[in-house]
Amino acid sequence: MAEIQLKSLAHCYDKQADEPLYAIREMNHVWQKGGAYALLGPSGCGKSTLLNIISGLLEPSDGEVLFDGVRVNDIPPQERNIAQVFQFPVVYDTMTVFDNLAFPLRNMGASKAKVQSKVGEIAEILDLTAVLNKKAANLSADEKQKVSMGRGLVRDDVSAILFDEPLTVIDPHLKWKLRRKLKQIHEQFNITMVYVTHDQLEASTFADKIAVMYNGQVVQFGTPRELFEQPNHTFVGYFIGSPGMNLMEVERCEQGVCFGPQQIALSPVEMAAVNASQSNNLKVGIRPEFVHVWDKPNGDAYQAEVLFVEDLGTYKILSLKLGEQVIKARLQEDQRVPQQHAYISFPEQWLMLYIDEYLVAKEDNHD
Amino acid sequence: MIKPYTNKAWYLVLPVFALVAFSAIIPLMTVVNYSIQDIFDANTRYFVGTEWYREILNDTRLHDSLVRQFIFSGSVLLIEIPLGILVALMMPARGPGSVVCLLVLALPLLVPLNVVGTIWQIFGRADIGLFGWALNSLGINYNYAANPMDAWFTVLLMDVWHWTSLVALLCYSGLRAIPDAYYQAARIDRASNWAVFRFIQLPKLKNVLLIGVLLRFMDSFMIYTEPFVLTGGGPGNSTTFLSQTLTKMAVGQFDIGPAGAFSIIYFLIILLVSWLFYTAMTHNDGK
Ligand SMILES: Nc1ncnc2c1ncn2[C@@H]1O[C@H](COP(=O)(O)OP(=O)(O)O)[C@@H](O)[C@H]1O
Ligand SMILES: [Mg+2]
Repeated sequence: MAEIQLKSLAHCYDKQADEPLYAIREMNHVWQKGGAYALLGPSGCGKSTLLNIISGLLEPSDGEVLFDGVRVNDIPPQERNIAQVFQFPVVYDTMTVFDNLAFPLRNMGASKAKVQSKVGEIAEILDLTAVLNKKAANLSADEKQKVSMGRGLVRDDVSAILFDEPLTVIDPHLKWKLRRKLKQIHEQFNITMVYVTHDQLEASTFADKIAVMYNGQVVQFGTPRELFEQPNHTFVGYFIGSPGMNLMEVERCEQGVCFGPQQIALSPVEMAAVNASQSNNLKVGIRPEFVHVWDKPNGDAYQAEVLFVEDLGTYKILSLKLGEQVIKARLQEDQRVPQQHAYISFPEQWLMLYIDEYLVAKEDNHD
Repeated sequence: MIKPYTNKAWYLVLPVFALVAFSAIIPLMTVVNYSIQDIFDANTRYFVGTEWYREILNDTRLHDSLVRQFIFSGSVLLIEIPLGILVALMMPARGPGSVVCLLVLALPLLVPLNVVGTIWQIFGRADIGLFGWALNSLGINYNYAANPMDAWFTVLLMDVWHWTSLVALLCYSGLRAIPDAYYQAARIDRASNWAVFRFIQLPKLKNVLLIGVLLRFMDSFMIYTEPFVLTGGGPGNSTTFLSQTLTKMAVGQFDIGPAGAFSIIYFLIILLVSWLFYTAMTHNDGK
């Protein structure tokens, strides 16, 4: 149960290179005590690098890692009270399952009785009791991964467990079961857990709060709902949700911003931000779920051309062409599907403005 | 659908069988042929049954060189396998250093056997050989041509110099195949260096070590050229190993019958011991 704080953290694997490539770009972040978190991002964005820095397997090239306020940069993983589970199961082939689970305990000099009871308890939780005397080499992939997890869970001194895409090799139907199990373990032991994944569904079923990582930085840290409703970065909009957010490049104009002949009204705060910024990288975004669609002209709705409809069972995704822009909208099951032309509007509440890819708040609320 | 059971598939094995027959079985059968007959000339031969075998099994020359052979092969394995593992563990995993190490290790393997013998024959001489001269000037009385212990020491050292690289290279490739996650997990589990070796590296090296042990056993058990060039089997018979005894019998004395029986027994011993190694090293796989 430790708070993990990352302070001005950055990491570059090869600082000697002519143009050092940063796998982690300078960031600040706090994982609170006892939380269940997900770290979500595409392949190669630096998730594993970040985990390895937290566990101490990798020393960051810049910045600090603090556990409960204490700098741990120079403390090796053995002394960090952290467990880590890797993408591919790691078991000690020649040992039995029991000895595998007992291994971390024996390494810290635990008594025989303690080893017995602790291994028994964890084996029970992970459904490994039946195979305790089997050689680990002969287990199936998901049993092996459970053993890998179990080695992290047996230790009493573990205050945080880091999971690096632990369910990659597991069958889909077992994935769900194991994720539930992890959640139970979290509730039972109240350990800080950070769960790395590139699957948004996996992230939102496991975690209370999700950190979305993009290009070496955490671009948003929030509940699944916040990520959905208020994506802080265009990447979050695009990555979360299916399909992702509609993003349109826009230009400055008198009353706000426009794309082609269409004008979009902005709130005073947004307007001020647009005027204050030098950047021409302006975008507006709206989720397909929030696009209003009519089959007849309606007020100031824009007229768009219907491209195609995808039927996904309980809902349909309508692809529309508005000016040069393709817009996706989600239709409910019972909603009439417009033919040829549709009329769409973007409710102001759900229309987000992005300058240089970052969200501009609708109202001033940082005071 | 139930497929009818036929034996036609056996025909597909025929070409391979013919090939193996020509390369191994037929030559072996000629040896068997020699070992059960007494042949005087092309037209005069007598069937003698197991007589040659009984003679050979009671031959003290064979007993002595068999014992020597086992001591030699045993020592070779006991030195070269651990040493090879140790060298592999100490080699850098990447970078220019690893290339240099690999090249240096590969060098002894490229030297022809009789050249190896010659190198050590000169190297060990007390008058002009660097090694022999150095030992003697340190006050150690070393002479491999006169002292059996020195001869043994030199023959073993020569074999270790020549073949440890093979074990080291095998182990090196085995070590490089271990994913980083194993070492990382071991650090998280607070494993000691010894535990990392014992529970990660050694088990992962098992397959290459099996190959290493079998190759080194068979090769050292059949060793001929190097001791022949270095010591000629002496002083006395102290470094005369099985293959040299056999050669003396077959080529020197032209006792083809007993030599044939000897060859068969020799072959069976290698087969048996290799099988024992193989079984011992794989017996708990899949359990
Ligand atoms: N050992 C390494 N040496 C050099 N570059 C690395 C190493 N490991 C990862 N990288 C680079 O760092 C970036 C982030 O990788 P990683 O943390 O593994 O991403 P993720 O786990 O999100 O897929 C990638 O561009 C990758 O190529
Ligand atoms: Mg990764």
